Amino acid sequence: MSTENNLAKKKRRSQNIAFGIFTATSYAIVALLFVILAFIVVKGIGVISWEFISEMPKNGMTEGGVFPAIVGTLCLVIASMIFAFPVGVLAAIYMNEYVKDGWPKKIIKQMTNNLAGVPSIVFGLFGMSLFVNKLEFGDSILAGGLTLGLLVLPVIIRTTEESLKAVDDTFRQASLGLGASKWETTSKIVFPIAFPNIITGLILSIGRVSGETAPILFTVAAYFLPKLPRSIFDQAMALPYHLYVIATSGTDIEKSRAMAYGTALILIIIVLISNLLANALRKYYGKKVKMN
Amino acid sequence: MKTNFKQIKEKVIESILMLSSAATSITVILIVFFLFIEGAGVFTKKPIDKGFLLAVNESNPVGKLEPSQIKDIFDQKITNWKELGGKDEPIVLFRTGDITDYYTEEELGENFVNFPDKINELMAKTPGIIAFFSDKYVNKEFKGKEVDINKITVYKFLSGEEWFPTAEPVAQMGVKPLIYGTLWVSLGAILLALPIALAAAIYLSEIAKKRTRNLLKPLIELLAGIPSVVYGFFGLVVIVPLIQSLFGLPVGETALAGSVVLAIMALPTIITISEDAMRNTPRAMKEASLALGASHWQTIYKVVIPYSASGITAGAILGIGRAIGETMAVLMVTGNAAVIPHSFLAPIRTIPATIAAELGEAPNGGLHYEALFALGCILFIITFGINMLVELVTNRNSHKKH
Amino acid sequence: MHKIESNNVNFYYGENHALRDISLSMKENTVTALIGPSGCGKSTYLRLLNRMNDLIDGTKMTGSIVIDGTDIYGKNTNVDNLRKNVGMVFQKPNPFPKTIFENVAYGLRVNGITDKNEIEERVVTTIEQVALWDEVKDKLKKSAFELSGGQQQRLCIARALAIKPSILLMDEPTSALDPISTSKIEELIYELKNKYTIVIVTHNMQQAGRVSDTTAFFYMGELIEYDKTKTIFTKPAIKQTEDYITGRFG
Repeated sequence: MSTENNLAKKKRRSQNIAFGIFTATSYAIVALLFVILAFIVVKGIGVISWEFISEMPKNGMTEGGVFPAIVGTLCLVIASMIFAFPVGVLAAIYMNEYVKDGWPKKIIKQMTNNLAGVPSIVFGLFGMSLFVNKLEFGDSILAGGLTLGLLVLPVIIRTTEESLKAVDDTFRQASLGLGASKWETTSKIVFPIAFPNIITGLILSIGRVSGETAPILFTVAAYFLPKLPRSIFDQAMALPYHLYVIATSGTDIEKSRAMAYGTALILIIIVLISNLLANALRKYYGKKVKMN
Repeated sequence: MKTNFKQIKEKVIESILMLSSAATSITVILIVFFLFIEGAGVFTKKPIDKGFLLAVNESNPVGKLEPSQIKDIFDQKITNWKELGGKDEPIVLFRTGDITDYYTEEELGENFVNFPDKINELMAKTPGIIAFFSDKYVNKEFKGKEVDINKITVYKFLSGEEWFPTAEPVAQMGVKPLIYGTLWVSLGAILLALPIALAAAIYLSEIAKKRTRNLLKPLIELLAGIPSVVYGFFGLVVIVPLIQSLFGLPVGETALAGSVVLAIMALPTIITISEDAMRNTPRAMKEASLALGASHWQTIYKVVIPYSASGITAGAILGIGRAIGETMAVLMVTGNAAVIPHSFLAPIRTIPATIAAELGEAPNGGLHYEALFALGCILFIITFGINMLVELVTNRNSHKKH
Repeated sequence: MHKIESNNVNFYYGENHALRDISLSMKENTVTALIGPSGCGKSTYLRLLNRMNDLIDGTKMTGSIVIDGTDIYGKNTNVDNLRKNVGMVFQKPNPFPKTIFENVAYGLRVNGITDKNEIEERVVTTIEQVALWDEVKDKLKKSAFELSGGQQQRLCIARALAIKPSILLMDEPTSALDPISTSKIEELIYELKNKYTIVIVTHNMQQAGRVSDTTAFFYMGELIEYDKTKTIFTKPAIKQTEDYITGRFG
């Protein structure tokens, strides 16, 4: 009897220790996140001002603002999404609504997975070789946007596919049963139901695109450009590349630290907003669908 | 008529959709094509700058040299032709600038017009010479013998221990230090991240209440959303100085700094995938274990973890893949010294960081440019292989379930 | 002549032989109940009648199903037209995420009707037809999700009826509803019988007894017995049928 009690005690003690470690570790990870965020917020918040957001960099990028980098990143986001969003959504529709199970579907799925696994620097090499050199776009928003677009294509395809999969089959059957064609069913019934989730994916990929550095290094990013891009064939500055430059190789690294904190904070804010927005959207529409 | 039009419209739309779905496959094929075409160039050219040549005395029996031998000659590690299978003759180095050691400016004439004649003279009278100069100084009566430089072979490329693509007279393109550097940093990162990630995955899937989980999960996933350049910056201003003072190092930019930053970045990937795997453990299996009197913890390590082992493995492998391909963060914190790593507390350099740092300065289409694409190929092959491995591991898992 | 005639229908999901040699005919303006334990093939059979199973990969069908004298699996059959003629109501109410009005109008629009007045007229009459008009007349522009489950299901019936089918397939239409909503739907079925040929799959024996004229009992992919509902429920010819109806298995 007492040995059994001892055993139970031992069991409980080892469980308590193990669970304690796991719990502490999990909270430590979250704490780490907050440390990173807090560090950048605390150091960067003093730098952020209207001037910082709206002005050109000055004095070898140790003063002034990051306006051209913000504009450049915005251009890259738009350029990449104009390409990747329609292509990704249409591809996902084909995969989920049209193609039957079989080897073509398997191959497309595998290739999409493979593309998602390609390191971002390889996208940079590819973009430089194809868009900048072969197609002679030069270092330009077009070349950088397309490169970034290809990078997020798998993300958009995946989230869209998941959103489409979540649409109950009877909606499709009911629509087809009324004599609607496949495309009518897809565009008028399935797509609208899936739309909120698809948008969630879009927002997350915007967050991703605005933070990517390696793919734009050799396709668009300018070290310093005292004017705004005028067309898609122009070079542009971009926030992540700007941060890299002033953090590691600016004219005066110590003096440009403050600028670097400010830039990092803007990047963090973009990521936070896109994540919060995506989560909020997911929750809001999640509730709405539950009514059914 | 109307139905006909509708049917045609449907067909057209379906073709557009099909075309879109081919986009990813086409991209993968194009990536492979462009990477390998550009990268292959490095193995077809001689590793000497265009417009330059390397020449020896006509009577010198040595006619072919390895890039690494040439480097040793010019570094004066090899000083006698005997060591290269030639005559017992000390090696005399000659670079374009050295001409003034032998001839006065008057003898050379304005704009070095007499350079070709003088170099011929010098080549002829110095049996031990090896000269590196521009081919614009070569004239018809050239008396020297051009040295044939071996092309870089794939084997030499992979096993070469020196990466110095801008070296004169010949570029040194051995990627071994870069491959080792990449593997060191990535494996270090996984060793740090795996236990932490597993602990968190167990907590989230087995211990945490639903509400806590719903709160923590998005926060942990947020870690994945932070741009790598921000991690690099954070590493540069926080982790690097920390490591420097903690270990009393001259510089904090080390392999360890890279591993720590990559470990943080890999956490969300490993946690998410292993947690999914753990949550997929059939409830009946867990209940069976609990019903036999096993404690919750015993059930976790005797039932849940073995059951989800392949998922955890997949997460870890994928984490390694991410770490291997990561560029900016690593570039900013590892110091980028292209040496074969010997300690985690020394600077190293990875493949992606090399591409990022050097491609901007490598002239388009040149040997250096092509070598960087060849590095891209290596990176692509490694990450492709890792993806396949993950696929294999997860497929085996899904078979088990059936 | 029968409205629906199936001859020696066999159906396979991959290797699985789901329906074996089903021959079954239904008269116009009758209600036929398909009963049997889960997995017996009754829903599969129902879905063959508007070729809904075409949507599933790896299926195969042999035999023939003739509706109004044409083989619906024949080469020249237009599936869109077939489905227009054969309406369907699903297990769970599944109104589209559109307004109440647009739900009913959807079928009209996709079939090329553009005249506003015609659409409005047909939407209103159809909603009246399913006895929903008084309940929704003030909120036609509101989302269909604002209706109760029973109202949603009647809206789905209206949606199916708006394009004037002659046959209505119902796949356990009341299984997700409360008893009051169920009885309303049953009343509706009774009304609709005058104009439509109805085939209903149900798990509920009482429901089959209340609403149907003929009943078909399926078991393990075979049609065991098919007769007038009264006969099936009072003196079934085959013992299996009796066992099922009296609740001895199922």
